[in-house]
Amino acid sequence: MKIRSVVAAIATGALALTVSGCGSGGGGGDSDAAGGGSGSQTLTYWASNQGTSIKHDKEVLTPQLKKFEEKTGISVELEVIGWDSLQTRIQTAITSGQAPDVVNIGNTWAASLQATGAFLPFDDNAMSAIGGADKFVEPALATGGAEGQPVTSVPLYGLAYGLFYNKAMFEEAGIEPPSTYKDMVAAAEKLTDTKAGVHGLALAAGSYTENSHFAFINAVQNGAELFDDQGQPTFSSDGVVKGIHRYLDLMQKHEVADTSNAQYTNGVQAVNDFAKGKVAMVISQNNAGSSIEAQGMKPDQWGVVPYPAPAGGEEIASHVAGINLSIFKNTENKEGALKFVKFMTSPEVQKAVSSEFKTLPVLKDAEPTFSKKEEASKMFQNIYNNMSAPLPLVPAEDQFESSVGQAMNKMFATIATGGTVTLEDVRVAMETAEQQVAASSGS
Amino acid sequence: MTTSTKVPDHVDPKDGPAPDPPAPRRKRRKGWWLPYALLVPAVFFELLVHIIPMITGIWVSFLELTQAYIANWGAAPFAGLGNYQISLDFNGVIGSALLRSFAVTCAFTILVVGIAWVMGMAAAVALQRQFRGRSLFRTFFLVPYALPVFASVIAWKFMLQKDSGAVNHLLSDNLGLIDEKPFWLIGDNAFISLVVVAAWRLWPFAFLMLMAGLQSIPTDVYEASAVDGAKPFRQWRSITLPMMRPVNLVLVLVMFLWTFNDFNVPYILFGSSQPPAGDIISFHIYNASFLTWNFGLGAAMSVLLMLFLLLVSGIYLMVLNGRNKRAGN
Repeated sequence: MKIRSVVAAIATGALALTVSGCGSGGGGGDSDAAGGGSGSQTLTYWASNQGTSIKHDKEVLTPQLKKFEEKTGISVELEVIGWDSLQTRIQTAITSGQAPDVVNIGNTWAASLQATGAFLPFDDNAMSAIGGADKFVEPALATGGAEGQPVTSVPLYGLAYGLFYNKAMFEEAGIEPPSTYKDMVAAAEKLTDTKAGVHGLALAAGSYTENSHFAFINAVQNGAELFDDQGQPTFSSDGVVKGIHRYLDLMQKHEVADTSNAQYTNGVQAVNDFAKGKVAMVISQNNAGSSIEAQGMKPDQWGVVPYPAPAGGEEIASHVAGINLSIFKNTENKEGALKFVKFMTSPEVQKAVSSEFKTLPVLKDAEPTFSKKEEASKMFQNIYNNMSAPLPLVPAEDQFESSVGQAMNKMFATIATGGTVTLEDVRVAMETAEQQVAASSGS
Repeated sequence: MTTSTKVPDHVDPKDGPAPDPPAPRRKRRKGWWLPYALLVPAVFFELLVHIIPMITGIWVSFLELTQAYIANWGAAPFAGLGNYQISLDFNGVIGSALLRSFAVTCAFTILVVGIAWVMGMAAAVALQRQFRGRSLFRTFFLVPYALPVFASVIAWKFMLQKDSGAVNHLLSDNLGLIDEKPFWLIGDNAFISLVVVAAWRLWPFAFLMLMAGLQSIPTDVYEASAVDGAKPFRQWRSITLPMMRPVNLVLVLVMFLWTFNDFNVPYILFGSSQPPAGDIISFHIYNASFLTWNFGLGAAMSVLLMLFLLLVSGIYLMVLNGRNKRAGN
């Protein structure tokens, strides 16, 4: 009899954990420094990890925050959050109301986060409080939220994809840096030497966010759209499917990326391969420069060109990537938060910080200062200004990233473990992703 | 269970909550409230930690709590059984994925609990006898259970890497058993990895419980059976196993519930990109909530999971307790 009540007690406890563990996604949350600023003279700021490490971010930002305090008397409590947990932390902050005052977001989330209604819209008043909309580069500001509404985030750092290449390896093989897709594949094939453990390209093939970006870029190169005018997903359209298949073929058909790449769950691993000379090329964003150089590769040892489009395709090499700044609506110090956003997007701070983080300027008339290499700065600036398309500014954008990105993870895993992924397989996977988005958004 | 402090002497506890005899009204003893007062903190925290989140979870499962409403739950429209319909529509993508994940989890749980129990039992029996260094082995065997889950599973993750991992190094470079180094964390092998790591983490718990249980079996039973000529296996089958029955009953149930709900191991092992073969249900539900921001749907799946576990636990206890009673008669 005793046993029974013990069992019953334990079973109830374990069951209770099941439901509370999963169901409290909204209620539970970190109740740490996110208190929202107790006094009016303190702001809480969540920064994303932009430097080579979280420590590096703190070292870069702290002197700026000190300056802000000297200027305004408002002290800023800084927390730097890694990319693997930033989105969850923001979700928790939204659901619990235990939010910081100001937060960095990946600009592709802007429309999705805007739809939550938790962020302060930068209407005319707010915009003029931070120095006016005119100061920002237009395509960068356009990423701040859905079209036709006041943005809920403003650009902070600009980023774009580029194709990094190892100069010595290209010279040795007697080839020029590629300017067409065909050239890129040919160069990658030539430089792949599996016996020596060297490959033409490294891909972050196990990272759903990276994969989803390349689904977008390759689809746009084919002239395809991810969402129609009604905001319904069109992932299984011809252009998207073929674009994804082209990207998968870098590992499948051309075999220029190591199958191990299917385990790379973030872009850094691919960049590391490049810095160590294990691959001749890597497609990464401009801030990768700091990681590459931190690992001992000298600025004159690498070059960068746009990620090329196939013959006859649109010359799009990147999405308008970057980091935006948002203010939580329930901040107790709106004025201070606006001052802080103005400060962070001022030319002085932009100049000081972006040279450390190797990011592109988001202000008109600003010169890129992120690299000692003028050619690379100019190249990225050109890609950012002229060869980038914004990801769809719809509330379901984040679901595009997760559903399509995860599907691509699985397809890369299939290829890596010896299977084949046909065009038809991609189409079926994309149809599933479309249904997922439709079902999840509760329609 | 909390009322046992106040059972009047003349009531046989076996009769359960019998109506009070029609005795004249007694004056309450001085200090009668103290036991209740002492229980208040426990009840309060039980409510706070378990009951309220559970009820919140059930409530959320009836809401259309998508990204548009997470900042203001109150405004979320009532979805009725909509979330349950989507979860249980096995022809739709979400329902069929849930069903698949459920099947993977069942296979995973059966294997992990089975392996952990067998290993735990073997180790407990082996260490039942006195010998030099026995306590050393006991401590050693508990290491996987004592290590923080993050530290140990991340170590496994490194060991299971394709090119640089210790597992492939051992299998391929040292032993030469395989030519091509396989993937352990993606593709179908991910299931094997998951089972191995989860069983490795769980078996010391089985070992600990069974070891404690074995101590309670009097040694003279074994001595008597040895006189009758029983060999060790026969002793184990006819003495150890039946006498350990109550321990096994609890142990298997608890291990089942823990393993079925395991979140840490797949989450740390696979990160945000779980392979289909390692798509354990609580991880699946997490993704359904956090990647798609549809917390109502995730909560509905959680409630379904709870109902399933409640059902299994109930049937398990009814069947086994029934057998116990028959055996007792």
